[in-house]
Amino acid sequence: MNSKMIFNTKYRQLLEFVVEAIIRISGYSAVVFVGLIFLFLMQESLPTFGELQARDLWSQRWYPIENYFGVLPLLSGSLIITLGAAFIAIPFGLMTAIFIAEIAPLWLREILKPLVEVLGGVPSVVLGFLGITVLAPLVREELYLPTGLTAFTGAVLLAGMAIPTIVSVAEDALDAVPKAYRDAALALGATRWQTIWRVTLPAARSGVLTATMLGIGRAIGETMTVMMVTGNAPQMASGLGSLFISLRTMTATIAAEMGEVANGSLHYHVLFSIGLILFLVSLTVNITASAVLFRARKRTERLLS
Amino acid sequence: MIRLSRHHTERIVFAVIGLASVATAVPIIIIVSSIFFSGAEAVSWQFLLEMPRDGMRSGGIWPAIIGTIYLVVGTGLISIPLGVASAIYLSEYAADSYWTRMIRLAIVNLAGIPSVVYGLFGLGLFVLFLDLGSSIVAACLTLSIMTIPVIISTAEEALRAVPQSFRVVSVGMGATRWQTIRRVVLPQALPGILTGVILGLNRAAGETAPILFTGAAFFLPKLPNSIFDQTMALPYHLFVISTQVPEMPITIQYGTATVLLAFVLIMNILAASVRSWQRRKREW
Repeated sequence: MNSKMIFNTKYRQLLEFVVEAIIRISGYSAVVFVGLIFLFLMQESLPTFGELQARDLWSQRWYPIENYFGVLPLLSGSLIITLGAAFIAIPFGLMTAIFIAEIAPLWLREILKPLVEVLGGVPSVVLGFLGITVLAPLVREELYLPTGLTAFTGAVLLAGMAIPTIVSVAEDALDAVPKAYRDAALALGATRWQTIWRVTLPAARSGVLTATMLGIGRAIGETMTVMMVTGNAPQMASGLGSLFISLRTMTATIAAEMGEVANGSLHYHVLFSIGLILFLVSLTVNITASAVLFRARKRTERLLS
Repeated sequence: MIRLSRHHTERIVFAVIGLASVATAVPIIIIVSSIFFSGAEAVSWQFLLEMPRDGMRSGGIWPAIIGTIYLVVGTGLISIPLGVASAIYLSEYAADSYWTRMIRLAIVNLAGIPSVVYGLFGLGLFVLFLDLGSSIVAACLTLSIMTIPVIISTAEEALRAVPQSFRVVSVGMGATRWQTIRRVVLPQALPGILTGVILGLNRAAGETAPILFTGAAFFLPKLPNSIFDQTMALPYHLFVISTQVPEMPITIQYGTATVLLAFVLIMNILAASVRSWQRRKREW
Protein backbone atom coordinates (compact mmCIF):
# COMPACT_ATOMS: atom_id res chain seq x y z
CA MET A 1 0.00 0.00 0.00
CA ASN A 2 1.34 3.42 -0.80
CA SER A 3 1.06 6.27 1.66
CA LYS A 4 -1.88 7.94 -0.09
CA MET A 5 -4.03 4.86 0.23
CA ILE A 6 -3.17 4.54 3.90
CA PHE A 7 -4.12 8.15 4.39
CA ASN A 8 -7.41 7.52 2.59
CA THR A 9 -8.25 4.55 4.75
CA LYS A 10 -7.38 6.44 7.92
CA TYR A 11 -9.46 9.38 6.74
CA ARG A 12 -12.39 7.05 6.01
CA GLN A 13 -12.20 5.51 9.46
CA LEU A 14 -12.04 8.89 11.12
CA LEU A 15 -14.98 10.17 9.05
CA GLU A 16 -16.97 7.04 9.83
CA PHE A 17 -16.23 7.46 13.53
CA VAL A 18 -17.20 11.14 13.60
CA VAL A 19 -20.39 10.62 11.58
CA GLU A 20 -21.50 7.70 13.74
CA ALA A 21 -20.85 9.74 16.87
CA ILE A 22 -22.98 12.61 15.53
CA ILE A 23 -25.79 10.23 14.57
CA ARG A 24 -25.74 8.50 17.95
CA ILE A 25 -25.86 11.82 19.79
CA SER A 26 -28.70 13.09 17.57
CA GLY A 27 -30.54 9.87 18.26
CA TYR A 28 -30.95 10.89 21.84
CA SER A 29 -31.99 14.47 21.03
CA ALA A 30 -35.68 13.82 21.67
CA VAL A 31 -34.96 12.53 25.18
CA VAL A 32 -32.72 15.53 25.84
CA PHE A 33 -35.40 17.96 24.69
CA VAL A 34 -38.16 16.44 26.82
CA GLY A 35 -35.77 16.50 29.77
CA LEU A 36 -34.78 20.12 29.12
CA ILE A 37 -38.38 21.24 28.78
CA PHE A 38 -39.27 19.57 32.07
CA LEU A 39 -36.22 21.07 33.83
CA PHE A 40 -36.90 24.60 32.65
CA LEU A 41 -40.59 24.45 33.49
CA MET A 42 -39.68 23.15 36.96
CA GLN A 43 -36.98 25.73 37.52
CA GLU A 44 -39.17 28.65 36.49
CA SER A 45 -42.25 27.48 38.37
CA LEU A 46 -40.70 26.43 41.67
CA PRO A 47 -40.45 30.00 43.09
CA THR A 48 -44.27 30.10 42.95
CA PHE A 49 -44.51 27.67 45.81
CA GLY A 50 -42.16 29.70 47.96
CA GLU A 51 -44.42 32.73 47.72
CA LEU A 52 -47.90 31.26 47.49
CA GLN A 53 -49.71 28.73 49.63
CA ALA A 54 -51.49 25.84 47.99
CA ARG A 55 -54.80 27.39 48.98
CA ASP A 56 -53.95 30.65 47.24
CA LEU A 57 -53.64 28.69 44.01
CA TRP A 58 -56.59 26.43 44.72
CA SER A 59 -59.05 29.29 44.85
CA GLN A 60 -61.65 30.82 42.61
CA ARG A 61 -60.23 34.20 41.76
CA TRP A 62 -57.75 34.90 38.96
CA TYR A 63 -56.86 38.58 39.07
CA PRO A 64 -53.08 38.90 38.72
CA ILE A 65 -52.99 42.71 39.04
CA GLU A 66 -54.07 42.40 42.66
CA ASN A 67 -52.07 39.22 43.21
CA TYR A 68 -55.01 36.82 43.12
CA PHE A 69 -53.70 33.69 41.48
CA GLY A 70 -56.52 31.16 41.90
CA VAL A 71 -56.16 28.68 39.05
CA LEU A 72 -59.57 27.03 39.52
CA PRO A 73 -61.32 29.24 36.93
CA LEU A 74 -58.67 28.35 34.36
CA LEU A 75 -58.67 24.63 35.23
CA SER A 76 -62.46 24.46 35.07
CA GLY A 77 -62.46 26.49 31.85
CA SER A 78 -60.01 24.10 30.19
CA LEU A 79 -61.95 21.13 31.52
CA ILE A 80 -65.40 22.14 30.33
CA ILE A 81 -64.24 23.34 26.91
CA THR A 82 -62.28 20.12 26.39
CA LEU A 83 -65.27 18.03 27.52
CA GLY A 84 -67.52 19.93 25.12
CA ALA A 85 -65.05 19.37 22.30
CA ALA A 86 -64.73 15.67 23.15
CA PHE A 87 -68.50 15.32 23.20
CA ILE A 88 -68.62 16.51 19.59
CA ALA A 89 -65.33 15.19 18.24
CA ILE A 90 -65.45 11.60 19.52
CA PRO A 91 -68.76 10.50 17.94
CA PHE A 92 -68.22 12.38 14.68
CA GLY A 93 -64.56 11.42 14.46
CA LEU A 94 -65.12 7.73 15.17
CA MET A 95 -68.11 7.47 12.84
CA THR A 96 -66.13 9.14 10.07
CA ALA A 97 -63.25 6.73 10.69
CA ILE A 98 -65.62 3.73 10.51
CA PHE A 99 -67.20 5.13 7.37
CA ILE A 100 -63.86 5.68 5.65
CA ALA A 101 -62.34 2.36 6.72
CA GLU A 102 -65.30 0.01 6.42
CA ILE A 103 -68.30 1.39 4.60
CA ALA A 104 -67.51 4.03 1.99
CA PRO A 105 -66.89 2.97 -1.61
CA LEU A 106 -63.35 3.55 -2.84
CA TRP A 107 -64.02 6.81 -4.70
CA LEU A 108 -65.63 8.39 -1.65
CA ARG A 109 -62.76 7.25 0.55
CA GLU A 110 -60.33 8.94 -1.85
CA ILE A 111 -62.22 12.21 -1.35
CA LEU A 112 -62.88 12.01 2.41
CA LYS A 113 -59.39 11.07 3.54
CA PRO A 114 -57.56 14.04 2.00
CA LEU A 115 -60.40 16.33 3.07
CA VAL A 116 -59.94 15.40 6.72
CA GLU A 117 -56.17 15.82 6.28
CA VAL A 118 -56.81 19.32 4.96
CA LEU A 119 -58.70 20.14 8.16
CA GLY A 120 -55.71 18.88 10.12
CA GLY A 121 -53.50 21.29 8.22
CA VAL A 122 -55.59 24.43 8.76
CA PRO A 123 -53.61 26.68 11.12
CA SER A 124 -55.30 27.32 14.45
CA VAL A 125 -55.37 31.09 13.92
CA VAL A 126 -57.32 30.63 10.69
CA LEU A 127 -59.93 28.56 12.55
CA GLY A 128 -59.97 31.17 15.31
CA PHE A 129 -60.45 33.92 12.76
CA LEU A 130 -63.41 32.12 11.20
CA GLY A 131 -64.71 31.52 14.72
CA ILE A 132 -64.76 35.26 15.36
CA THR A 133 -66.18 36.33 12.02
CA VAL A 134 -68.63 33.51 11.23
CA LEU A 135 -69.33 31.12 14.10
CA ALA A 136 -69.55 33.58 17.01
CA PRO A 137 -72.21 35.83 15.42
CA LEU A 138 -74.16 32.70 14.49
CA VAL A 139 -74.00 31.35 18.05
CA ARG A 140 -75.09 34.70 19.48
CA GLU A 141 -78.10 35.07 17.21
CA GLU A 142 -79.28 31.47 17.21
CA LEU A 143 -78.97 30.97 20.97
CA TYR A 144 -79.99 34.53 21.97
CA LEU A 145 -76.81 35.13 23.94
CA PRO A 146 -75.29 38.50 24.85
CA THR A 147 -72.03 37.46 23.18
CA GLY A 148 -71.03 34.74 20.75
CA LEU A 149 -67.56 34.42 22.26
CA THR A 150 -68.40 31.53 24.57
CA ALA A 151 -66.98 28.23 25.75
CA PHE A 152 -69.38 26.50 23.36
CA THR A 153 -67.92 28.34 20.35
CA GLY A 154 -64.46 27.28 21.48
CA ALA A 155 -65.59 23.68 21.99
CA VAL A 156 -67.00 23.46 18.46
CA LEU A 157 -63.75 24.73 16.93
CA LEU A 158 -61.61 22.53 19.18
CA ALA A 159 -63.66 19.56 18.02
CA GLY A 160 -62.62 20.54 14.50
CA MET A 161 -58.98 20.42 15.58
CA ALA A 162 -59.36 17.07 17.35
CA ILE A 163 -61.32 15.30 14.59
CA PRO A 164 -58.41 14.88 12.11
CA THR A 165 -56.28 13.21 14.81
CA ILE A 166 -59.13 10.92 15.88
CA VAL A 167 -60.04 9.96 12.32
CA SER A 168 -56.52 9.19 11.15
CA VAL A 169 -55.46 7.15 14.20
CA ALA A 170 -58.77 5.25 14.46
CA GLU A 171 -58.83 4.57 10.72
CA ASP A 172 -55.29 3.18 10.87
CA ALA A 173 -56.37 0.89 13.71
CA LEU A 174 -59.43 -0.37 11.80
CA ASP A 175 -57.33 -0.86 8.68
CA ALA A 176 -54.87 -2.98 10.62
CA VAL A 177 -57.52 -5.58 11.56
CA PRO A 178 -56.73 -8.66 9.42
CA LYS A 179 -59.15 -9.21 6.55
CA ALA A 180 -59.60 -12.83 7.63
CA TYR A 181 -61.55 -11.66 10.72
CA ARG A 182 -64.13 -9.90 8.56
CA ASP A 183 -64.31 -12.72 6.04
CA ALA A 184 -64.95 -15.22 8.80
CA ALA A 185 -67.78 -13.15 10.29
CA LEU A 186 -69.40 -12.51 6.90
CA ALA A 187 -69.10 -16.19 5.98
CA LEU A 188 -70.98 -17.08 9.15
CA GLY A 189 -73.88 -14.98 7.88
CA ALA A 190 -73.32 -11.75 9.84
CA THR A 191 -74.37 -8.51 8.19
CA ARG A 192 -71.68 -5.94 7.46
CA TRP A 193 -72.78 -3.89 10.46
CA GLN A 194 -72.72 -6.92 12.76
CA THR A 195 -69.21 -7.62 11.51
CA ILE A 196 -68.11 -4.07 12.24
CA TRP A 197 -69.76 -3.90 15.66
CA ARG A 198 -68.93 -7.37 16.95
CA VAL A 199 -65.63 -8.15 15.21
CA THR A 200 -63.74 -5.26 13.64
CA LEU A 201 -64.32 -2.61 16.33
CA PRO A 202 -63.50 -4.91 19.28
CA ALA A 203 -60.36 -6.06 17.47
CA ALA A 204 -59.30 -2.44 16.95
CA ARG A 205 -60.43 -1.19 20.33
CA SER A 206 -57.02 -0.19 21.67
CA GLY A 207 -56.30 1.85 18.56
CA VAL A 208 -59.71 3.49 18.84
CA LEU A 209 -59.04 4.29 22.50
CA THR A 210 -55.66 5.76 21.61
CA ALA A 211 -57.31 7.85 18.90
CA THR A 212 -59.76 9.43 21.32
CA MET A 213 -57.04 10.07 23.88
CA LEU A 214 -54.72 11.74 21.40
CA GLY A 215 -57.64 13.78 20.05
CA ILE A 216 -58.53 15.00 23.53
CA GLY A 217 -54.85 15.68 24.21
CA ARG A 218 -54.79 17.87 21.14
CA ALA A 219 -57.86 19.76 22.36
CA ILE A 220 -56.45 20.43 25.85
CA GLY A 221 -53.26 21.88 24.40
CA GLU A 222 -54.83 24.10 21.75
CA THR A 223 -54.06 27.73 22.36
CA MET A 224 -54.76 30.29 19.67
CA THR A 225 -58.24 29.16 18.69
CA VAL A 226 -59.56 29.16 22.25
CA MET A 227 -57.84 32.43 23.03
CA MET A 228 -59.59 34.07 20.08
CA VAL A 229 -63.12 32.73 20.50
CA THR A 230 -63.87 31.91 24.14
CA GLY A 231 -64.13 35.50 25.32
CA ASN A 232 -61.14 35.29 27.68
CA ALA A 233 -63.00 35.89 30.94
CA PRO A 234 -61.49 33.91 33.82
CA GLN A 235 -64.80 32.91 35.43
CA MET A 236 -65.54 29.70 37.27
CA ALA A 237 -67.23 27.10 35.12
CA SER A 238 -69.71 25.07 37.11
CA GLY A 239 -71.91 22.73 35.15
CA LEU A 240 -73.11 22.58 31.60
CA GLY A 241 -74.66 26.04 31.65
CA SER A 242 -71.14 27.46 31.72
CA LEU A 243 -70.73 26.35 28.12
CA PHE A 244 -72.66 29.44 27.12
CA ILE A 245 -70.68 32.06 28.99
CA SER A 246 -67.24 33.49 28.28
CA LEU A 247 -64.46 31.44 29.83
CA ARG A 248 -60.73 31.16 29.63
CA THR A 249 -58.44 28.15 29.43
CA MET A 250 -55.00 27.55 30.92
CA THR A 251 -53.34 27.72 27.51
CA ALA A 252 -55.01 31.00 26.58
CA THR A 253 -54.03 32.53 29.92
CA ILE A 254 -50.35 31.82 29.31
CA ALA A 255 -50.51 33.11 25.75
CA ALA A 256 -52.43 36.26 26.67
CA GLU A 257 -50.49 37.27 29.78
CA MET A 258 -46.91 36.08 29.32
CA GLY A 259 -46.12 38.91 26.91
CA GLU A 260 -46.93 41.53 29.52
CA VAL A 261 -45.38 40.24 32.74
CA ALA A 262 -41.99 41.22 34.12
CA ASN A 263 -39.50 38.35 33.91
CA GLY A 264 -38.95 36.85 37.33
CA SER A 265 -42.11 38.32 38.89
CA LEU A 266 -44.58 36.16 40.80
CA HIS A 267 -47.05 36.36 37.92
CA TYR A 268 -44.31 35.06 35.58
CA HIS A 269 -43.63 32.06 37.83
CA VAL A 270 -47.34 31.27 38.20
CA LEU A 271 -47.73 31.22 34.41
CA PHE A 272 -44.83 28.75 34.22
CA SER A 273 -46.58 26.61 36.85
CA ILE A 274 -49.65 26.49 34.61
CA GLY A 275 -47.33 25.47 31.76
CA LEU A 276 -45.93 22.72 33.97
CA ILE A 277 -49.46 21.44 34.66
CA LEU A 278 -50.18 21.36 30.91
CA PHE A 279 -46.88 19.56 30.26
CA LEU A 280 -47.66 16.91 32.88
CA VAL A 281 -51.19 16.41 31.53
CA SER A 282 -49.91 15.89 27.99
CA LEU A 283 -47.20 13.55 29.30
CA THR A 284 -49.81 11.45 31.12
CA VAL A 285 -52.11 11.31 28.09
CA ASN A 286 -49.32 10.32 25.71
CA ILE A 287 -47.66 7.76 27.96
CA THR A 288 -51.00 6.09 28.67
CA ALA A 289 -51.90 6.12 24.98
CA SER A 290 -48.63 4.50 23.95
CA ALA A 291 -48.88 1.97 26.78
CA VAL A 292 -52.33 0.95 25.51
CA LEU A 293 -50.99 0.58 21.96
CA PHE A 294 -47.93 -1.32 23.15
CA ARG A 295 -50.00 -3.85 25.09
CA ALA A 296 -52.34 -4.27 22.14
CA ARG A 297 -49.41 -4.97 19.82
CA LYS A 298 -48.09 -7.65 22.20
CA ARG A 299 -51.52 -9.25 22.26
CA THR A 300 -51.81 -9.25 18.48
CA GLU A 301 -48.37 -10.80 18.15
CA ARG A 302 -49.44 -13.55 20.53
CA LEU A 303 -52.69 -14.17 18.67
CA LEU A 304 -51.14 -14.25 15.23
CA SER A 305 -48.18 -16.43 16.12
CA MET B 1 -92.63 -2.60 19.83
CA ILE B 2 -91.43 -3.47 16.37
CA ARG B 3 -88.33 -5.54 16.33
CA LEU B 4 -86.04 -4.49 13.53
CA SER B 5 -84.53 -7.18 11.37
CA ARG B 6 -80.76 -7.09 11.38
CA HIS B 7 -80.79 -5.94 7.78
CA HIS B 8 -82.94 -2.96 8.66
CA THR B 9 -80.66 -2.16 11.60
CA GLU B 10 -77.72 -2.22 9.26
CA ARG B 11 -79.38 0.18 6.88
CA ILE B 12 -80.30 2.63 9.64
CA VAL B 13 -76.87 2.50 11.29
CA PHE B 14 -75.07 2.94 7.98
CA ALA B 15 -77.28 5.92 7.18
CA VAL B 16 -76.44 7.53 10.55
CA ILE B 17 -72.71 6.91 10.09
CA GLY B 18 -72.84 8.21 6.54
CA LEU B 19 -74.66 11.36 7.65
CA ALA B 20 -72.13 11.93 10.44
CA SER B 21 -69.33 11.68 7.90
CA VAL B 22 -71.07 14.16 5.64
CA ALA B 23 -71.54 16.45 8.66
CA THR B 24 -67.79 16.22 9.24
CA ALA B 25 -66.84 16.76 5.61
CA VAL B 26 -69.17 19.60 4.65
CA PRO B 27 -67.89 22.13 7.22
CA ILE B 28 -64.34 21.50 5.99
CA ILE B 29 -65.38 22.42 2.45
CA ILE B 30 -67.23 25.46 3.78
CA ILE B 31 -64.24 26.60 5.87
CA VAL B 32 -61.76 26.41 3.02
CA SER B 33 -64.02 27.80 0.31
CA SER B 34 -65.38 30.66 2.41
CA ILE B 35 -61.85 31.81 3.24
CA PHE B 36 -60.78 31.64 -0.39
CA PHE B 37 -63.94 33.28 -1.77
CA SER B 38 -63.90 36.18 0.67
CA GLY B 39 -60.14 36.59 0.50
CA ALA B 40 -59.69 36.39 -3.25
CA GLU B 41 -60.70 40.00 -3.84
CA ALA B 42 -58.17 41.30 -1.30
CA VAL B 43 -55.22 39.39 -2.66
CA SER B 44 -53.23 41.20 -5.33
CA TRP B 45 -49.53 41.68 -6.08
CA GLN B 46 -49.71 44.95 -4.19
CA PHE B 47 -51.24 43.24 -1.16
CA LEU B 48 -48.52 40.61 -1.19
CA LEU B 49 -45.55 42.87 -1.83
CA GLU B 50 -46.30 46.11 0.03
CA MET B 51 -45.55 47.16 3.58
CA PRO B 52 -48.57 47.62 5.87
CA ARG B 53 -49.69 51.24 6.18
CA ASP B 54 -52.02 53.27 8.36
CA GLY B 55 -51.66 51.07 11.48
CA MET B 56 -51.93 47.93 9.33
CA ARG B 57 -55.38 49.01 8.14
CA SER B 58 -54.23 49.35 4.55
CA GLY B 59 -51.27 48.36 2.43
CA GLY B 60 -49.90 44.85 2.22
CA ILE B 61 -48.49 42.00 4.28
CA TRP B 62 -44.99 41.69 2.77
CA PRO B 63 -43.06 41.76 6.08
CA ALA B 64 -45.27 38.99 7.47
CA ILE B 65 -44.72 36.81 4.39
CA ILE B 66 -40.97 37.38 4.45
CA GLY B 67 -40.90 36.75 8.20
CA THR B 68 -42.70 33.42 7.84
CA ILE B 69 -40.24 32.43 5.08
CA TYR B 70 -37.29 33.33 7.34
CA LEU B 71 -38.78 31.29 10.18
CA VAL B 72 -39.48 28.26 7.98
CA VAL B 73 -35.99 28.31 6.42
CA GLY B 74 -34.29 28.80 9.79
CA THR B 75 -36.35 26.04 11.37
CA GLY B 76 -35.49 23.75 8.46
CA LEU B 77 -31.76 24.45 8.81
CA ILE B 78 -31.85 23.27 12.42
CA SER B 79 -34.51 20.57 12.45
CA ILE B 80 -33.80 18.73 9.17
CA PRO B 81 -30.21 17.63 9.96
CA LEU B 82 -31.05 16.82 13.57
CA GLY B 83 -34.31 15.06 12.75
CA VAL B 84 -32.89 13.00 9.88
CA ALA B 85 -29.79 12.05 11.90
CA SER B 86 -32.03 10.96 14.73
CA ALA B 87 -34.17 8.91 12.34
CA ILE B 88 -31.01 7.27 10.89
CA TYR B 89 -29.97 6.33 14.41
CA LEU B 90 -33.35 4.77 15.19
CA SER B 91 -33.65 2.86 11.93
CA GLU B 92 -30.02 1.88 11.20
CA TYR B 93 -28.14 1.76 14.50
CA ALA B 94 -30.41 1.37 17.52
CA ALA B 95 -31.05 -2.05 18.97
CA ASP B 96 -34.46 -2.79 20.46
CA SER B 97 -33.34 -1.91 23.96
CA TYR B 98 -34.74 -0.09 26.97
CA TRP B 99 -33.07 3.16 25.84
CA THR B 100 -34.49 2.91 22.34
CA ARG B 101 -37.96 2.55 23.82
CA MET B 102 -37.27 5.65 25.92
CA ILE B 103 -36.34 7.57 22.77
CA ARG B 104 -39.55 6.51 21.06
CA LEU B 105 -41.59 7.47 24.11
CA ALA B 106 -39.83 10.85 24.17
CA ILE B 107 -40.69 11.43 20.50
CA VAL B 108 -44.36 10.62 21.08
CA ASN B 109 -44.41 12.95 24.08
CA LEU B 110 -42.59 15.73 22.28
CA ALA B 111 -45.20 15.59 19.52
CA GLY B 112 -48.00 15.92 22.08
CA ILE B 113 -46.71 18.87 24.11
CA PRO B 114 -49.04 21.89 23.76
CA SER B 115 -47.59 24.53 21.45
CA VAL B 116 -47.82 27.24 24.11
CA VAL B 117 -45.59 25.16 26.39
CA TYR B 118 -42.96 25.19 23.63
CA GLY B 119 -43.32 28.96 23.72
CA LEU B 120 -42.68 29.01 27.48
CA PHE B 121 -39.69 26.72 27.10
CA GLY B 122 -38.26 28.85 24.29
CA LEU B 123 -38.70 31.95 26.43
CA GLY B 124 -36.98 30.31 29.40
CA LEU B 125 -34.08 28.67 27.55
CA PHE B 126 -33.35 30.64 24.38
CA VAL B 127 -34.64 34.14 25.07
CA LEU B 128 -33.63 34.52 28.72
CA PHE B 129 -31.11 31.84 29.75
CA LEU B 130 -29.05 31.89 26.53
CA ASP B 131 -29.77 35.61 26.22
CA LEU B 132 -30.69 35.51 22.53
CA GLY B 133 -33.53 37.94 23.20
CA SER B 134 -36.82 37.87 21.36
CA SER B 135 -35.35 37.16 17.93
CA ILE B 136 -35.64 35.16 14.74
CA VAL B 137 -32.98 32.74 15.96
CA ALA B 138 -34.80 32.08 19.26
CA ALA B 139 -38.09 31.56 17.41
CA CYS B 140 -36.45 29.18 14.92
CA LEU B 141 -34.87 27.13 17.71
CA THR B 142 -38.23 26.89 19.49
CA LEU B 143 -40.07 25.91 16.31
CA SER B 144 -37.33 23.35 15.51
CA ILE B 145 -37.90 21.41 18.70
CA MET B 146 -41.61 21.32 17.87
CA THR B 147 -40.91 20.15 14.30
CA ILE B 148 -38.32 17.48 15.07
CA PRO B 149 -40.71 14.71 16.23
CA VAL B 150 -42.70 14.98 12.97
CA ILE B 151 -39.52 14.73 10.89
CA ILE B 152 -38.09 11.86 12.95
CA SER B 153 -41.17 9.66 12.76
CA THR B 154 -41.81 10.10 9.01
CA ALA B 155 -38.11 9.83 8.12
CA GLU B 156 -37.70 6.70 10.21
CA GLU B 157 -40.68 5.12 8.50
CA ALA B 158 -39.17 5.96 5.09
CA LEU B 159 -35.77 4.52 6.06
CA ARG B 160 -37.32 1.33 7.41
CA ALA B 161 -39.26 0.84 4.19
CA VAL B 162 -35.98 0.37 2.26
CA PRO B 163 -35.60 -3.42 1.90
CA GLN B 164 -32.91 -5.09 3.98
CA SER B 165 -31.44 -6.75 0.88
CA PHE B 166 -30.21 -3.35 -0.38
CA ARG B 167 -28.10 -2.97 2.75
CA VAL B 168 -26.87 -6.57 2.66
CA VAL B 169 -25.69 -6.21 -0.93
CA SER B 170 -23.93 -2.93 -0.24
CA VAL B 171 -22.11 -4.21 2.84
CA GLY B 172 -21.31 -7.41 0.98
CA MET B 173 -19.48 -5.38 -1.65
CA GLY B 174 -17.22 -3.94 1.02
CA ALA B 175 -18.97 -0.68 1.83
CA THR B 176 -18.85 0.55 5.40
CA ARG B 177 -22.04 1.16 7.37
CA TRP B 178 -22.00 4.90 6.76
CA GLN B 179 -21.22 4.46 3.04
CA THR B 180 -24.18 2.11 2.80
CA ILE B 181 -26.45 4.61 4.49
CA ARG B 182 -25.29 7.57 2.45
CA ARG B 183 -25.08 5.95 -0.98
CA VAL B 184 -27.84 3.35 -0.81
CA VAL B 185 -30.37 3.80 1.97
CA LEU B 186 -30.73 7.61 2.07
CA PRO B 187 -31.27 8.08 -1.70
CA GLN B 188 -33.94 5.39 -1.66
CA ALA B 189 -35.68 6.94 1.34
CA LEU B 190 -35.35 10.54 0.13
CA PRO B 191 -38.94 11.10 -1.10
CA GLY B 192 -40.37 9.77 2.16
CA ILE B 193 -38.02 11.95 4.17
CA LEU B 194 -38.98 14.94 2.03
CA THR B 195 -42.66 14.33 2.79
CA GLY B 196 -41.92 14.39 6.51
CA VAL B 197 -39.83 17.53 6.19
CA ILE B 198 -42.59 19.36 4.32
CA LEU B 199 -45.25 18.29 6.85
CA GLY B 200 -43.05 19.31 9.77
CA LEU B 201 -42.13 22.71 8.35
CA ASN B 202 -45.77 23.23 7.41
CA ARG B 203 -46.67 22.91 11.05
CA ALA B 204 -43.95 25.42 11.93
CA ALA B 205 -45.29 27.87 9.33
CA GLY B 206 -48.82 27.81 10.74
CA GLU B 207 -48.07 27.94 14.47
CA THR B 208 -48.44 31.09 16.52
CA ALA B 209 -48.15 30.15 20.18
CA PRO B 210 -44.47 29.06 20.12
CA ILE B 211 -43.32 32.35 18.58
CA LEU B 212 -45.54 34.65 20.68
CA PHE B 213 -42.81 35.30 23.27
CA THR B 214 -39.76 34.16 21.33
CA GLY B 215 -39.57 36.33 18.24
CA ALA B 216 -42.85 37.53 16.77
CA ALA B 217 -43.39 41.28 16.48
CA PHE B 218 -46.74 43.03 16.60
CA PHE B 219 -45.72 45.49 13.88
CA LEU B 220 -42.40 46.47 12.34
CA PRO B 221 -41.96 49.42 10.00
CA LYS B 222 -39.10 47.68 8.16
CA LEU B 223 -37.81 44.21 7.43
CA PRO B 224 -35.53 42.51 9.98
CA ASN B 225 -31.81 43.16 9.42
CA SER B 226 -30.28 40.17 11.17
CA ILE B 227 -31.26 36.92 12.81
CA PHE B 228 -31.18 38.70 16.16
CA ASP B 229 -34.07 41.00 15.21
CA GLN B 230 -37.71 40.28 15.83
CA THR B 231 -39.88 39.56 12.83
CA MET B 232 -43.50 39.70 11.81
CA ALA B 233 -45.06 36.37 10.79
CA LEU B 234 -48.23 35.47 8.91
CA PRO B 235 -50.11 33.52 11.61
CA TYR B 236 -49.29 36.04 14.33
CA HIS B 237 -50.19 38.88 11.98
CA LEU B 238 -53.60 37.30 11.35
CA PHE B 239 -54.09 36.97 15.11
CA VAL B 240 -53.12 40.61 15.64
CA ILE B 241 -55.32 42.08 12.94
CA SER B 242 -58.33 39.97 13.85
CA THR B 243 -58.26 40.62 17.61
CA GLN B 244 -55.97 43.51 18.54
CA VAL B 245 -56.57 46.26 15.98
CA PRO B 246 -59.89 48.10 16.16
CA GLU B 247 -61.69 49.05 12.92
CA MET B 248 -59.69 46.61 10.90
CA PRO B 249 -61.11 46.20 7.37
CA ILE B 250 -62.45 42.67 7.04
CA THR B 251 -61.05 42.30 3.52
CA ILE B 252 -57.48 42.57 4.80
CA GLN B 253 -58.24 39.96 7.46
CA TYR B 254 -59.68 37.57 4.88
CA GLY B 255 -56.81 38.34 2.52
CA THR B 256 -54.24 37.46 5.17
CA ALA B 257 -56.13 34.28 6.10
CA THR B 258 -56.23 33.33 2.41
CA VAL B 259 -52.49 33.76 1.96
CA LEU B 260 -51.72 31.74 5.10
CA LEU B 261 -54.17 28.96 4.22
CA ALA B 262 -52.95 28.83 0.61
CA PHE B 263 -49.33 28.61 1.80
CA VAL B 264 -50.16 25.69 4.11
CA LEU B 265 -52.40 23.85 1.65
CA ILE B 266 -49.87 24.13 -1.18
CA MET B 267 -47.23 22.59 1.10
CA ASN B 268 -49.70 19.81 1.99
CA ILE B 269 -50.45 19.08 -1.66
CA LEU B 270 -46.71 19.11 -2.37
CA ALA B 271 -46.14 16.52 0.37
CA ALA B 272 -48.97 14.35 -0.94
CA SER B 273 -47.66 14.47 -4.52
CA VAL B 274 -44.12 13.61 -3.42
CA ARG B 275 -45.58 10.63 -1.60
CA SER B 276 -47.59 9.34 -4.55
CA TRP B 277 -44.72 10.03 -6.99
CA GLN B 278 -42.47 7.98 -4.76
CA ARG B 279 -44.92 5.08 -4.64
CA ARG B 280 -45.04 4.96 -8.42
CA LYS B 281 -41.29 5.30 -8.94
CA ARG B 282 -40.22 2.83 -6.28
CA GLU B 283 -37.80 0.19 -7.55
CA TRP B 284 -38.76 -2.55 -5.13
